[in-house]
Amino acid sequence: MDAAGNALAATGVEIRAAGDDDEVAGVRPRRVALPESAVEIAAVMRVCAAHDLAVVVTGGRSKLHWGARPERCDVLVDLSRMNRVLEHAAGDLVVRAQAGVTLEALADTLAGENQELALDVPVPGTTVGGLLATGIAGPRRFRCGTARDLLIGVTVVLADGTIARSGGKVVKNVAGYDLGKLFTGSYGTLGIIADATFRLHPLPAARAWVTATVERPVTKTNGTWTTEDGLTFETLSTDLAGSLATMVPAVTESPLEPSAVEIDWPDVKGPCTVAVLVEGAAATERAKALCGLMGETAEVAEEPPPWWGRLPEPPGRAAEPPGAKPTASRDGEILLEVGNAPSRLAETFLGFLEAAQVTGFRAALRGSLAAQVLHIALPPDTDPALVAGFTSQLRANFEEEARVVVLAAPWEAARRLDRWGRVGALPLMRRVKERFDPDRRLSPGRFVGGI
Amino acid sequence: MPGLERLTAGLAAVLPADAVVTDPVRLRTYECDGLTNHRATPGVVVLPENAEQVAAVVRLCGEHGVPFVARGSGTGLSGGALPRTDGVLIVTSRMRRILEIDIPNRRAVVEPGVTNLAITEAVRDQGYYYAPDPSSQQVCSIGGNVAENSGGAHCLKYGFTVNHVLAAEVVTPDGEIVELSADDPGYDLLGAFIGSEGTLGIATTITVRLSRAPETVTTLLAAFTGIEAGGHAVSAIIAAGVVPAAIEMMDALAIEAAEAAVHCRYPAGAGAVLVVELDGPRAEVEHQFAAVERICRDSGAFEIRVAASAEERAAIWKGRKSAFAAVGRISPAYIVQDGVVPRTALPSVLAGIDRLQEEYGIRVANVFHAGDGNLHPLVLFDDSVPGEAERAEAVSGRILDLCVEHGGSITGEHGVGVDKARHMPRMFTEDDLDTMQLVRCAFDPEGLANPGKIFPTPRLCGEAPGVRRGAHPLVEAGLAEQF
Repeated sequence: MDAAGNALAATGVEIRAAGDDDEVAGVRPRRVALPESAVEIAAVMRVCAAHDLAVVVTGGRSKLHWGARPERCDVLVDLSRMNRVLEHAAGDLVVRAQAGVTLEALADTLAGENQELALDVPVPGTTVGGLLATGIAGPRRFRCGTARDLLIGVTVVLADGTIARSGGKVVKNVAGYDLGKLFTGSYGTLGIIADATFRLHPLPAARAWVTATVERPVTKTNGTWTTEDGLTFETLSTDLAGSLATMVPAVTESPLEPSAVEIDWPDVKGPCTVAVLVEGAAATERAKALCGLMGETAEVAEEPPPWWGRLPEPPGRAAEPPGAKPTASRDGEILLEVGNAPSRLAETFLGFLEAAQVTGFRAALRGSLAAQVLHIALPPDTDPALVAGFTSQLRANFEEEARVVVLAAPWEAARRLDRWGRVGALPLMRRVKERFDPDRRLSPGRFVGGI
Repeated sequence: MPGLERLTAGLAAVLPADAVVTDPVRLRTYECDGLTNHRATPGVVVLPENAEQVAAVVRLCGEHGVPFVARGSGTGLSGGALPRTDGVLIVTSRMRRILEIDIPNRRAVVEPGVTNLAITEAVRDQGYYYAPDPSSQQVCSIGGNVAENSGGAHCLKYGFTVNHVLAAEVVTPDGEIVELSADDPGYDLLGAFIGSEGTLGIATTITVRLSRAPETVTTLLAAFTGIEAGGHAVSAIIAAGVVPAAIEMMDALAIEAAEAAVHCRYPAGAGAVLVVELDGPRAEVEHQFAAVERICRDSGAFEIRVAASAEERAAIWKGRKSAFAAVGRISPAYIVQDGVVPRTALPSVLAGIDRLQEEYGIRVANVFHAGDGNLHPLVLFDDSVPGEAERAEAVSGRILDLCVEHGGSITGEHGVGVDKARHMPRMFTEDDLDTMQLVRCAFDPEGLANPGKIFPTPRLCGEAPGVRRGAHPLVEAGLAEQF
């Protein structure tokens, strides 16, 4: 065994040779390390520092294919054994969990005390660490915010093996810099998150959903488009179809305080569904009142629609059943996130439709209308040039303020793809990276600007 | 010529003549913020009108190696805006414009000198407000709120400044103007900046989230014979799954002070009062109100008052909001402390504070944001009695120890500033503090932005590390990934 291998073995942490399943965007690491604590992560990191080994971290592997291809990867640090809930202080509405705990397991623990982490993570099998590293959020981002808003403390391990904490286990705390914010959404490029502490919410007394169908989210005023398979349909106007354009602001600004307003548009040639979540006391009563703002098709349900809280499926693929384990079915996933100002709903939809023309209208859209953060899925077999074309068309159609990020795309297809789009303050971000990881050994090249 | 003199000579080229203060008498007016026991007369004060002027001053500071401190309204309670005698004080009081109100997108763009309350006042008619509400909201500036990550009574439900600021234009310590946004791809530098107490730069434009005014607000005052019963009610309300907009508690001494100062007429004989505010959709608030009222009675409340109007609500809040100043009526001097404990540790910590009062012969009035375990003990003393100020200071420090021992924090909303930097090692290890300062080194390797605040020992940043294996230029430009 080589010197680095011997040194890793000497840490006492379980190390195994990497296999095909351990590839990170086509880069196969040499070894996989399976630490069980922050101290063990630190031991691995010190060896990696001494031997100049590049490290990528993973938890549930549900989003390991997200982000750009790493420049190099010698060791995959797999946190799946760090799966303990360290402390659930129910009376304080606080939980501290290791990074490898899945959000499903966390939810089970919390439900025992009638509490929850008020985030809907749209990817099954996501761990606490993966949630923070990607900053992904679901429908209730509108009401409760995203991971950054609920995270109150974090323990991280730096590239040189330093273990550092920030925040704590009280919600209200302004002592010192908030490293949790900095690490949230950093794609494993600053350090490894070992555990995290979140503020919790009581499980709502009741939940109700209102769903409504909009036949033509966008209506035509001039011209028609023809798809490859000869289907002609009408599109493009200067505005959204009236029902959607009036419904969304009326619902989101309603004093009935919905927790989420979502859209599912599985096929741009067809209708879309709008679903609204109401939580808390008198949820059904409030949901019924919201029906009046949502048109004739609106109806109240006690269960969410099957697509609720999940990423969109590309056209032509069946939805994953709720609670499904992550499978290889996300291989080849092409997933974009669009964020725009709420008042620019029409711009977002028209821009999306026009860009979808590039892919022969094979695109699905789902996400938060209230916060206007939407996800777009393209079929895995989409030609790489079309993915790039779709993305740049989308960016061209939006005002500068909007952002279009390619969360996932097969690395082979991504050579000419700008995943991140415009990034403000990039020089400052580089300086942060240089201070935390001066040797560029943590997920090198995976993040914005090649960080 | 020392750096400060050369810098002052250079200010005329970048600022209007009336924006530079060098007159010693006027300089003295800036010698402290809301924490008056720390004082230092600034070397020079500047009153810039826009981001370019701020950036020009900061660049001059860099050229001459002169430290700078930013100041908004000067209401901070931790000495975060304590000036440097060898430095520049950059005051944002001339940057007071509300630049944009965008109701459809629920946001407003403001300059840092705008007061917290001015934002709400500008949008109230349209049914919106700015949620964070520190007690000093009539005068405190939004730039100061960003620096301190200010909270307020209603942050129990709605969160802190960091949850309500969407973007900021920032002058970095090297004088660049950058745009930081919570939604942009890349590191959440905005999240790290908010609450960094002026040590990472100066915000020159702030985009805040506007919140929809709730349909209903109900405020209730419950009087208990003792603080234990009040504390029990708080725990029971949270356990019942209710998240009130605010839960505030005052003990007998704080009530006595408030009565003396503002005649708030809280129920006679109360050993503790609880102020609970519920807001939201009418149907939800009605359900929650019934639960809270029942819990208070079950916990031994001997009187419950419900505000039926905005005036009655203001009357209930009057005593609470005046509490800090009110203790001046019952004590010649006092220290306002700010510590946090896990809510469930409140009874134990309050008992500990009682023991400290006896041990040191010092009275402590307790006012707190009970819902989130944020204590504001008011440590009372007579500065004309020899040794009493020192004993009060000791009690105040021991209260922070109690907070840390119970897993809490040395500050919930007032900040570390100059006042609590020495307490930081009780909460954090050297590695923790060094790691935090990596961020500072990235933003401010020379350590010129508000030095001496937050960290007890500044980290030497050394040379900026070069990128040893640089990414390909096309990768850097975002044009390609890997070759």
